[in-house]
Amino acid sequence: MKKRQNLLLLAAVALLAVLPLWLVDKPAPDAVDADGKPVELFGGADNQARDLIGRIAPDYKPWFEPLLEPASEEIASLLFALQAALGAGFIGYYLGVSVTRERLKREFERHNQPADGGTGVHAD
Amino acid sequence: MEGFLPVAHAVGWSIASAPFVAWGIRSVNRRIRANPEQRMLLGVAAAFTFVLSALKLPSVTGSCSHPTGTGLGAILFGPAAMAPIGAVVLLFQALLLAHGGLTTLGANIFSMAVVGPFAAWGVFRLAQALKLPFALGIFLAASLADLLTYVTTSVQLALAFPDPVGGFTASFLKFAGIFAVAQVPLAISEGLLTVVIFNALARFNPQELRDMRVLGTPEAKA
Repeated sequence: MKKRQNLLLLAAVALLAVLPLWLVDKPAPDAVDADGKPVELFGGADNQARDLIGRIAPDYKPWFEPLLEPASEEIASLLFALQAALGAGFIGYYLGVSVTRERLKREFERHNQPADGGTGVHAD
Repeated sequence: MEGFLPVAHAVGWSIASAPFVAWGIRSVNRRIRANPEQRMLLGVAAAFTFVLSALKLPSVTGSCSHPTGTGLGAILFGPAAMAPIGAVVLLFQALLLAHGGLTTLGANIFSMAVVGPFAAWGVFRLAQALKLPFALGIFLAASLADLLTYVTTSVQLALAFPDPVGGFTASFLKFAGIFAVAQVPLAISEGLLTVVIFNALARFNPQELRDMRVLGTPEAKA
């Protein structure tokens, strides 16, 4: 039951990520935005905000540059993938440990229950 | 967004965030000293934020943004604990990925690692008081935390760049149109993913969740 619920939830997440790719109309190849630049589909919301700042305050100059910038988009996606992999790896390790601990506990209880008459070990 | 907040705003948001980070470090240290076995779970909360904030997902607005993942840790460890954890994630992205930025770090910590977690924690406690189903409370807490993070970002940018005609309100609506609207499907995704991970924790670590007073009684499991 719970397993099915998790599968349904994960399917919903996948659907939510894929649907926009279908739903959003592709801009015409020669379409330009307010600044006369070609329209980029599925760019970062940050870039849109940066453009908006440029329209609201045309005289504003950013006063600081990133200290290190990934050498290219490819390198940036490498680092993002690394970030996600480290996090997912740790979560997977923890869940694996928990599953094993739970199973060993249950086996331990099964083996001990008949012997000690249920006094020493109790299930919680 | 490095350098895109005026100096006064960058300094102001840093000053606003600093006490929360300090409070969070104290609260995490005290927690781990009293319950060393919760260290792994704290790692899971941090790892979850790491994963979710790396996932740039497409949205119905035709742009991409990423969830925050702060709801899980706020529900498990209280709202303050996520401030230092979120700060570490934001620092990583600012230094190595040129995403976010050092000058916007204070503002980003405030929106993602202060407002988000406090919203998650408050919504979760409210859902429990109203006796809503456990999973629904988790979902609402995590997705509203995600959404409010980006509403806060929009407020921060509107304060820094009020519209020459419409002032703060007009500017806020424009920034919210970029950030908050794009975030709606992502916030739903984050809520669903947080329920998935809580299902796993409730299945394999029910005693720990009960010790942390997240799961009340055994029958409160959703």
